[in-house]
Amino acid sequence: MPDISLEVNGKQVTEAVAPNTLLVDFLRAQLGLTGTHVGCDTSQCGACVVHMNGKSVKACTVFAMQADGTEVQTIEGLAPGAELHPVQAAFKEAHGLQCGFCTPGMVMSAVDLLKTNPNPTEAEIRSWLKGNICRCTGYHNIVKAIQIAANNMSQKAAAE
Amino acid sequence: MSESGIGAAVKRREDFRFLKGIGTYTDDINQPGQAYVYFLRSPLAHGTLSALDTAAAKASPGVLAVYTGDDMAEMAGLPCGWLVTGKDEKPMVEPKHPILAHKKVRHVGDPVVAVIAETLEQAKDAAEKIDLAIDELPAVVDMRKALAGGVSVHDEAPDNMCFDWELGDKAAVDAAFASAHHVTKLDLVNNRLIPNAMEPRAAIGAYDLATEEHTLYTTSQNPHVIRLLMGAFVLGIPEHKLRVVAPDVGGGFGSKIYHYAEEAFVTWASKQVGRPVKWVAERTESFTTDAHGRDHISHVEMAFDANGKALALKVDTMANMGAYLSTFAPCIPTWLHGTLLAGQYATPAIHCNVKAVFTTTTPVDAYRGAGRPEATFLLERIMSKAAAEMGMDQAELRRQNFIQPDQFPYQTPVAVVYDTGDYEASLNKALELASYAGFADRKAAAKSRGKLRGIGVASYIEACGIAPSSLVGSLGARAGLYEAATVRVNPTGSVSVYTGSHSHGQGHDTTFAQVVADKLGLPLEQIDIVHGDTAKVPFGMGTYGSRSLAVGGTALVNALNKVIDKGRRIAAHLLEAAEGDIEFADGTYTVKGTDKQKTFGEVALTAYVPHQYPIEEIEPGLEETAFYDPKNFTYPAGTYICEVEIDPTTGQTEIVQFVAADDFGNIVNPMIVEGQVHGGLVQGIGQAMLEHAVYDDGGQLLTGSYMDYCMPRADDVPSFQVATTCTPCTHNPLGVKGCGEAGAIGAPPAVINAVCDALAEYGVDHMDMPATPEKVWRAINNAATPMAAE
Repeated sequence: MPDISLEVNGKQVTEAVAPNTLLVDFLRAQLGLTGTHVGCDTSQCGACVVHMNGKSVKACTVFAMQADGTEVQTIEGLAPGAELHPVQAAFKEAHGLQCGFCTPGMVMSAVDLLKTNPNPTEAEIRSWLKGNICRCTGYHNIVKAIQIAANNMSQKAAAE
Repeated sequence: MSESGIGAAVKRREDFRFLKGIGTYTDDINQPGQAYVYFLRSPLAHGTLSALDTAAAKASPGVLAVYTGDDMAEMAGLPCGWLVTGKDEKPMVEPKHPILAHKKVRHVGDPVVAVIAETLEQAKDAAEKIDLAIDELPAVVDMRKALAGGVSVHDEAPDNMCFDWELGDKAAVDAAFASAHHVTKLDLVNNRLIPNAMEPRAAIGAYDLATEEHTLYTTSQNPHVIRLLMGAFVLGIPEHKLRVVAPDVGGGFGSKIYHYAEEAFVTWASKQVGRPVKWVAERTESFTTDAHGRDHISHVEMAFDANGKALALKVDTMANMGAYLSTFAPCIPTWLHGTLLAGQYATPAIHCNVKAVFTTTTPVDAYRGAGRPEATFLLERIMSKAAAEMGMDQAELRRQNFIQPDQFPYQTPVAVVYDTGDYEASLNKALELASYAGFADRKAAAKSRGKLRGIGVASYIEACGIAPSSLVGSLGARAGLYEAATVRVNPTGSVSVYTGSHSHGQGHDTTFAQVVADKLGLPLEQIDIVHGDTAKVPFGMGTYGSRSLAVGGTALVNALNKVIDKGRRIAAHLLEAAEGDIEFADGTYTVKGTDKQKTFGEVALTAYVPHQYPIEEIEPGLEETAFYDPKNFTYPAGTYICEVEIDPTTGQTEIVQFVAADDFGNIVNPMIVEGQVHGGLVQGIGQAMLEHAVYDDGGQLLTGSYMDYCMPRADDVPSFQVATTCTPCTHNPLGVKGCGEAGAIGAPPAVINAVCDALAEYGVDHMDMPATPEKVWRAINNAATPMAAE
């Protein structure tokens, strides 16, 4: 099996992987990063969204070998220790999660949205989230959470 | 109200682990030496197994064992938990539901062979080497054709009838119809849905040879129920040798109530192969094997007098059971459907007939709402259709038929007794929030933009908090439906609660802790809520039917009261006062009328360090358990209003406004309640506009993936206006009713009523769900010209 080397949540990792190993299985089974979830087998649900070189990808639709040489960030790497990233904090504030299963993918997707569009409208948020299915919240509070996060993050940016 | 007690919008304590990605779902658990099982499933809907050769699979690399239905033929099948008795005291037909299909397959996805290997890939590779031949039999998909006979899913039911059940006074209904001024008739379908909790089902069986103990980790809403059903009825494992753990569970919506074949298989197989055995559903397996929901075909008639007073209702329903009886399937279209047909109305005579039908499709069971959405849909559709026919306003027709506040407790003609309610209050709130009075102007404005605007009202009722054991026992339930809670006060005053309720998104870690904080006057940080493990929790019937707070919460309150009472006796001793003179409030025991006090913490410590202690009169320790059996169902109710705008050129339907006004009784955490409503609404809107499980005539599931089954996405739905009114439940100490299913119950008729209202000028008076753009477009284009053309 070939080796791949990549940075995962700021740490350099070198591992042997089978050529057909999906990035999500590599993260979950080989690295024990079980925060990234698998909710479907057709690249639809978005529970597996991680960042690769700063952009959100569905880790079920990327081979581990394609991640060779990249920087991967998972939900576990979003904020250190007991801290919450502003998007995570806003999801808690707005009750943007219930069972929690879609949440890591939802949060990683939202973080990417706010990088590219720091002040999205409700319609832009809803459109962006098309690739992330949530069965619990009805999206209402997820949208609200992302609006709160956008507001908090842009205020913080303005203050700095 | 304190910041953390009952009524406070406390932020959820469970969120941290979910937001950090450090929750523990079943698939996150791995056991040392774990093997993997892959199920080879039937690709056909119906057939006889004519050849099954597993030799090559057994010899495949990494394979530990291969099992077929022959290996499990002597074992009991998966049990059904509810015996419905039909007309003439005829019990339902209850065919065996084998763990692995034996001799016949009866739906696409029926498990035929289980391959256990070192890795999942090896198990899958081996499964490809299995020689499986199935002599195909005709599929039985359409319920009407099924009842006509010809092809039987089970030999025991030649005409595919599981039961033919009725409720209500047929003679009274017939008499009322004979004297009616107006009769409205409606044929409708309640479309089959697939629950689709985002976490696929998963199970790990682990047998410990040293202790002879089986452990099952499973995605369950009710681990004790699984222990009981699987241990006692399938595998013959006594409770003390069977531990069932349902850790973090990623949504259920009913689909994770039932005992499934895979759970029994991994538990059994782990002992056979001497290794833990893990199974995780792929999403397509979820589509073909998670119990589906709804799937009713009904004919409904409602009789009115000249003033629009409802006189009688009659309902004839066919309910699809699928290929086998899932755990609670028979009670859904009967005791959770027929009993709700009064709705919010004082209709004096109601009769309901339900024929339950076997088909070669995935079993159907409770899905969020379970029977109540089906009852509400047909009742609220026919109310709006009747209003349109009689030229009345749909809200006013409802208002004038409401059961009035002074009529409670209200005995309906369909067995149940509503304890309390104020239906006009929630109607008025919804009308106000929706600016109902201004609709005509909005419709006119839409028309000027070339859009069709419609408004739909739906006033639902549901029965939650299932249920008094003696009552459900008399109706066929094979279990009691109480709940248990243990409150363990630790020596230094912190509290561990062990509840039989199970949280899979509902936020019990927060709301149950709020109840404890409120009653004991403790900070939330000192309270731990433990659930989901039969080795920790004394007993429990689990979470479904919006029962957790009404039943589990009451068990908790009762256990807390026992703790407080024992503490009072200890405090009386410490304060040298009579027990009757001790008051407990805000975490402190006080001698009435004095400043003599002991804190709850001091009393707890004394209970565990009983040096100066009336040891002959009071046992040391401070831990109490309560089992609570509810006195009645609870009856949440409310009114939903949906407003849509349709583009007649495309059939695209947009929900421009959605208002929900619910009466859930008292509320422990309004933030969580709103979240439950939002989620239910989107499942209801999904049913009304997007979702539909479709089988072709050959029994193939055409909607077996997220590419084909239309799940509601963020851009399919609006934000909501939600509000509450309150008549506290009269028979539980918290005064709570339950809120988990309301949205999914009330939303579908509100949406379809709005669509029909918008299309009224095209002569459309009904549309079956989902109201897709194509269906709406066809309805518009099939009508020659608008009836009310300008």
